[in-house]
Amino acid sequence: MKILVAVKRVVDHNVRIRVRPDGSGVETNGVRMSMNPFCKHAVEAAVQLAEAGSADEVVIVSIGPKAANDVILTALAMGAHRGILVESDQSLETLVIAKLLARIVDEEQPDLVLLGKQAVDDDSNHVGQMLAALTDRPQATFASEIKLDGNALEVTREVDSGRETIALPLPAIVTADLRLNTPRNAALPMVMKARSKPLAVRPVAEFGVDLTPRLKVEQVASPPERAAGKRVNSVAELATAIAADINEMEAI
Amino acid sequence: MSVLVLAELDNGALSASTARIVAAASQLGPVDLLVPGPAAAADQAATIAGIAKVIHAKEVVLADGLANLLAGLAEPYTVIAAAASTTGKDVMPRLAAKLDIQPVTDIVAIEAPNRFVRPVYAGNALETVTDGQAKHVLTFRASAFRPAASGNAAPIQPLDAQIASAARFIAAHRTQSDIPDLSTAQIVVGGGVSVGSAEGFKLVEQLGHVLGAAIGATRAAVDAGYAPNDWQVGQTGKIIAPDLYIAVGISGALQHLAGIQGAKKIIAINTDPEAPIVKIADLALIGDLFEILPQLTAELEKSGLKR
Repeated sequence: MKILVAVKRVVDHNVRIRVRPDGSGVETNGVRMSMNPFCKHAVEAAVQLAEAGSADEVVIVSIGPKAANDVILTALAMGAHRGILVESDQSLETLVIAKLLARIVDEEQPDLVLLGKQAVDDDSNHVGQMLAALTDRPQATFASEIKLDGNALEVTREVDSGRETIALPLPAIVTADLRLNTPRNAALPMVMKARSKPLAVRPVAEFGVDLTPRLKVEQVASPPERAAGKRVNSVAELATAIAADINEMEAI
Repeated sequence: MSVLVLAELDNGALSASTARIVAAASQLGPVDLLVPGPAAAADQAATIAGIAKVIHAKEVVLADGLANLLAGLAEPYTVIAAAASTTGKDVMPRLAAKLDIQPVTDIVAIEAPNRFVRPVYAGNALETVTDGQAKHVLTFRASAFRPAASGNAAPIQPLDAQIASAARFIAAHRTQSDIPDLSTAQIVVGGGVSVGSAEGFKLVEQLGHVLGAAIGATRAAVDAGYAPNDWQVGQTGKIIAPDLYIAVGISGALQHLAGIQGAKKIIAINTDPEAPIVKIADLALIGDLFEILPQLTAELEKSGLKR
């Protein structure tokens, strides 16, 4: 079985982001970048399936600038076998990303595609679902448990009402949630070894996908700040305040 | 501009967020509402103000089936919308790609018929986008909109489409409770990892019970097994906007704060006066939650709140 994992390079999730004063976006110059956390769970799931003997090959694909090599190397150090970078310096919308990934799926014919459920920069939560539509494959989003049984997957998903389990015939698309696993930190020898694994760099133009954005970003702004409130000193005082709030709410 | 909205259902019943999504969507035009569930849900949906017609289909639960159902109906509509719930997130991007549309999701404000505001970077920035496409696929964050009124009697059109799914539903593992729905509750009491155990969460639930509140939890508390995953509030859990949020033993990690940004009033109960949530709370009581909660619950019970 071949698994394809898509990973995204984003502003590190520990960095406190800063909106550019001109409203053109979020400052990414000189900011620490790393693999999107949800993508890391997807890579870990694929590597675990390979280690269990269920998958023969784990292929990593990332779409982004040359620097996105870094996140592919991280995935290779975690145990993936080879990487593909679709190089583009342009910021691309999720529909375009899904179309590019669909081309890669056409070429590679993976049995399973794993992705993070969302990227922590645009928080879109689109690409897995869109790729599933474009490749006409079944999907399971927000996966917190994956069981492979022959040619079928049993996936437990985290949904608003709790969890649910669904069965998917392969080939399929699955997006990872945080409780799927605990991603490993690659040991130094694995990091060294990753550098000798194959990594193909391919210009985005090669794929013939129209990259023109459909949406126009007018501005990016900081949300309104909350002013600090006051302290109460006793439970009685807090209870009175809560009761007053509730009476006010009921009055509206 | 005509709008097709996918109703939000919970275990076959119409969810409280449907009226909020209808209110948002009806700013864009008259709304037809698709209810893929029991007839009772369609009847209830027909009472929501702003709905021109309810389209009632047989129950379809999985994303590929729902996306196919919507795609079959999409042709006459300018806007196809749903809640930014786990269902909406599962279905709408799939539908958008089928229709070759770039969707706009998690909308918290409508600035013009094709201009929308959506949070990015876990709500640490707000992005305003103009959607120049001829057709729009949208999801709205229910908590950001007030519910539409009721009193309507829209006609119900039955739809006899047979929709197949490649995926198969096996089982739902639901959290059984009679507490209010977290994503639309007026009052929420949230517990953090300092609550210490599932037993400790009973104290949070008791306070919630007196207030008629929904119960929330941080990711750390869910990861530790103190609370079920559907209680999780935050960037990857539920986004809530209650009138009152009481944060118990919650430090206020960025991803949790992302989930409560819409709360009108925040009260924090915490041992640490320097905790980030204490700094943004409207009201804070510094102290041990295990001493404070039972006393507070008793005081509020005594005060005879009518909830």
